[in-house]
Formats: sequence, C-alpha cells, structure tokens
Amino acid sequence: MSSPLSALFGRSPIRPIQEHMAKAQHCVVLLGDFLEAGFKKDWLQAEQLQQQISACENEADELKYTVRTHLPKSLLLPVARADLLSLLNTQDKLANRTKDIAGLMLGRKMEVPESLIDSMRVYYQQSLNASVQALKSINELDELLETGFRGKEVEFVETLIEELNELEHQNDLTQVGIRASLFKLEPELPPVNVMFLYKVIDLIGDVADISQMIGGRLSLLMAR
Amino acid sequence: MVDIISQYGSVFLGMAILFGFFMAWGVGANDVANAMGTSVGAKAITIKQAIFIAMIFEFAGAYLAGGEVTSTIRSGIIDIQKAGFADSPELLVYGMLSSLLAAGLWLLIASNFGWPVSTTHSIIGAIVGFAVVGISADSVVWSQVWSIVASWVVSPMVSGIIAFCLFRSVQRLVLDTDNPFVNAKKYVPFYMFLVGFVIAMVTLVKGLSHVGLDFSFHECVIIAVGFGILVALIGLFMLRSIRELPEDNLNFHYTSVEKVFGVLMIFTACSMAFAHGSNDVANAIGPLAAVNGIVQSGGVFSPRSALPTWILLLGGIGIVVGLATWGHKVIVTIGRNITELTPSRGFAAELAAASTVVVASATGIPVSTTHTLVGAVLGVGVARGIGALNLGVVGKIFLSWIITLPIGAALSIVIFFLFRAVFG
Repeated sequence: MSSPLSALFGRSPIRPIQEHMAKAQHCVVLLGDFLEAGFKKDWLQAEQLQQQISACENEADELKYTVRTHLPKSLLLPVARADLLSLLNTQDKLANRTKDIAGLMLGRKMEVPESLIDSMRVYYQQSLNASVQALKSINELDELLETGFRGKEVEFVETLIEELNELEHQNDLTQVGIRASLFKLEPELPPVNVMFLYKVIDLIGDVADISQMIGGRLSLLMAR
Repeated sequence: MVDIISQYGSVFLGMAILFGFFMAWGVGANDVANAMGTSVGAKAITIKQAIFIAMIFEFAGAYLAGGEVTSTIRSGIIDIQKAGFADSPELLVYGMLSSLLAAGLWLLIASNFGWPVSTTHSIIGAIVGFAVVGISADSVVWSQVWSIVASWVVSPMVSGIIAFCLFRSVQRLVLDTDNPFVNAKKYVPFYMFLVGFVIAMVTLVKGLSHVGLDFSFHECVIIAVGFGILVALIGLFMLRSIRELPEDNLNFHYTSVEKVFGVLMIFTACSMAFAHGSNDVANAIGPLAAVNGIVQSGGVFSPRSALPTWILLLGGIGIVVGLATWGHKVIVTIGRNITELTPSRGFAAELAAASTVVVASATGIPVSTTHTLVGAVLGVGVARGIGALNLGVVGKIFLSWIITLPIGAALSIVIFFLFRAVFG
C-alpha cells in the first residue's frame, strides 16, 4: 500500500556521500602502494596497482551517479542541495587525481631520482594525512545530521577542518623543498622527464589541496 | 412514514451493525498501520510489540475518547429539522447505511489497487453526498462541514509546528549539549510526563461520563498531572538499565542517546494508537449510531440521546480484529519503507500528531491521522532533523482529497437511491 507515510521518506544522501568519500580516500591509499612499486622500478606490480586505482575510481563514480539520481529538486533536505552536490564533486576530484597520477607515472615508467625518493615519501605521506583528515571530517556528516547541523558538533568539525588546513600548509612547504631539490638536479636529467616530474609533484600536492577544498565545502555546508 | 421503520427496523439495524463492523475492520486493516508505522520504522518497537500496543490503545482510545467525533458524524453534519426527518426518518437510515457501504467499498477498491485512502474523508464525503443529492443542500449543516474541511488543512500544519518546537527543544536540551547522553537521561522523563499528561488531560476534560466518571476541570488537571507522573516513573524504571557503552557509539556517537529516546517512543506509540482510535472509530460507528438511534426510538430522532456503550465496544473490537487479521501486514510494509527515522525525531512527530488528533477528537472534529502525522514529520524535517523528505507527498495528499470526496459522495448517492427503490 502506498501510504503517504511510505512515500514521504526519501533516500537520505548523507550515508552515500560518506561512502563515496571512503572510496575516494581509498584510492589515495592505493596510490601510496603504487608509488612504492614505482620507486622500486617494479613496473609489473605498479601496473596491477594502477588497475586497482582505476577500478576504485570507477566505483566512486558509480556511487556519485547514485547520489545524483536520487536527489530530485522536490526533496526537502537539511542542507542546500547545491552544497551537497558540489561537496560530492570535490570528493570525486580526489579519486580522479590519483588515477591521473598513476596513469601518468605508469605510462612513462617514470623514474624518481634516488636522492628525491625519501622526500617524495614524506610529501606523499602528508597528502595522505590530509585525505585521512578530510575523510574523518566527512564521517561526521551523520553526527551533524543528528544535531541538525547546529551547536557543539559543528564546533568539533570546524576544529577538524582547521587541522586539515594546517596539514595542507605543511604539504605546500614540503612541495617547495622538493621543487628546489629537483631544480638542483636538472642539469643531470633529461628535460622532458624533469617537466613531467614537476607535473607529478604538482598532482600529488593537489591531493592535499583537494582534501582541503573538501573541508572548505563542508564548512560552507554547515554555515548555511 | 414511520411504518417503514417499524417494518424493517431490525433489518436496517442488522445491516448497520454489519456495515459498521466492516468499516471498523477496514480502519484496523488499513489505517492503524499509518499510526504505528513510524514507531516500527524507527526501530523503537518490534512488529509484535506494535500490534500488542495497537490492540490495547486503539480500543482504549475508541472506547474512552471516541464519543465526540462519533456524535458529530451521527448528528452533527445533517440538520434534522431541515432534512424533514420528522416526516420520513427512513431517509436518514438509508443515507447512513449508504454512506457506510460506500466508504467501505471505496476502502476495499482502493486497497486492492494500492491507493492510499483516508477513511475519514471517505465517510464525510459519502454523508455530505447523500444529504445534498438525496435530500437537499439545505439539510447539511454547512458550518460544521466547512470547519471539518478547514481542520483537514489546519491539523497537519498545527502538528507540524508542534513537532518543530518539540524537536528544537530536543536539540537545545539534549543533542547540542556537551554530554548528550546524560542530558537525555535527564530530560526524556519530562517528555514522558508530557505524553501521559496531554493524553489524560484531553480525554478527561472531554468527559468520561459514559464510563461513569465525571470530573471538574480542577480535578482533571490533578488527575492528568498524576497520570503524567506515573508514566514518567514507569519510563524512568525502563531507562535505568541503559548505559553509555563506548563500543555502541563507535560508528555513530549518538547510538546510546537514541536508545534513551527509543524508550520514549514506546510511550508515544501508545499515544498514537490511542489518538487514532479516538478519532477514526467514529468513521465506522457514527452512522451505525444514527441508524440505531432512529430504529430504537421507532422513527423519532433525538440527536441529544446518549451514545450506547455497545456501539463504542463494537467499533473498538472491529478495529482490533481488522488489525489482527490484516493490519499487521501493512505495518510491516510501512515500517520497512520508513528508513532514516531515529527515535529522537520519531517521538517529536508522534507526540505532536497524537496531541493534535486527540484535541480534535475532544472537540468532535474528524481528522485524518495519517495526514496529521505527515505534517508532523515535515515539521521535524523543516527543523533540519531528517535526511530526505519527499515534498511531492503534499501534492499527493491534495490529490487524494479531490478524488476521495467526490467518489465517496457518488457511491453513497447511488446506493442511497438503490435503498429508496428497494424499501420505498
């Protein structure tokens, strides 16, 4: 029986958005394994991991489409529909970026200079930490819903976002250091390789940037 | 002609009892699920508990508080003088029988196709229908009809506002605080008191004279407060074993808090069943009471006559039987569709809806419990309490009015003329 009460409750987008973020962040985790394979020049394993990242990104895409198709304009939501959708898009960029990095490095069988590997590890780790912090913030969405996006819970999430901003800032500083080190190595390396190396450094920094943007979107969501 | 009454009186009464029981069965089979669905969906009570609660409290609501609305339907909608009933009282009998049959038939048809139908709207449409066409437009007490129709719009809005305020108070007092669990255990008993107090107060003030109890307003307040305290004490007893365990709150920090509200929702489930019984039983037994009144008095109708107890009992039993034989399945279906509703929201919606409906029952206004509950849920949604609500439902509700009222009227008119043809 299609009672008005049955028809009244729509599919809440909150859980699916949290699931999507978990999926996107998982891509970032896989990227770490991929980079390690690349550092060891184990291109077979790197290719396997790139496939996994690609599959993970596809799953994230499917989750994204599911959320979008179940958000008609006639739904009464606790937050603005546009805010939710742009949060979702930003989360999705995270997965896309990791796929870009893996694809680029695998395609060129990109070798990272020995002297840079340790700093790259630290650099990636910082991006990973930023994504973990972003995931932690997004996981507070159902608690935010519980409190009606008001009060103590909002304050708690704001502190998480501040920590996230700090992590991104640290990541920026590390990026400056790596670029400087690479600059010194330029004479010894093939120029085209160097350009793509700079590109990859940018992209890994993007992971932290996008994580920060996710925090920013969440902040906007709570403010309105 | 008084002769028709004396000739066929027992036949009419027998039919009225049959159709009335059928309608009551229909209310139990289709409508109770709407009242209990939110509690089951919020996982505050199991299906078995829902059925148990509904059986007791629907019956209690029907018997203790169903009298006013029944009176309205029995004699408040049709003006006896203007309808010329003194001369031909059998017309009222035909009309009430037709209304019952029409509403019952429409309920059956709509349920078969899975369309939602309000029993209240069906019976009101049917009664107004036969009166306007079968007798005359003058015979209807239009002021009463318009106030009933107005209440159909007002009751969801009022319950929405009450639900909004209740939920905001929960946010302020419990959810937004530094220690939600401690505050939950502290304040939930007050909400429990509120449930007991409102239900008792409205029921007492309206009068339990048919049960042999009659209190002054002062006495009502004292008794209602006492009842509220009793409910709160029972609630406190049920709450004492709920502890905040860290492993419960790993995935979701508010799991233990919601458990506390879950106990509160048991009480609001009872109040919903009570409110629903008090308002909807009249849909079945109002017309029956009218027929009974005429047949027993041999064609002389006195709207002031008391409502016989057995009629209220019949209505209550009919609802319970409908629930036991069919309604429990519908509760499962509705409960399954209501996913993201947690007790802290559910109780606010239920308490708001139950209070609104019970006040309507006390003032003798038949309202749709389902629509009132929808309004309450929307009120919580506006307070940003629920993940996603389909606003399209509001349009669907308006649509159902436009369909149910005319169809109820049309069916009733046809059957009315059939009766006239058969019995003269």
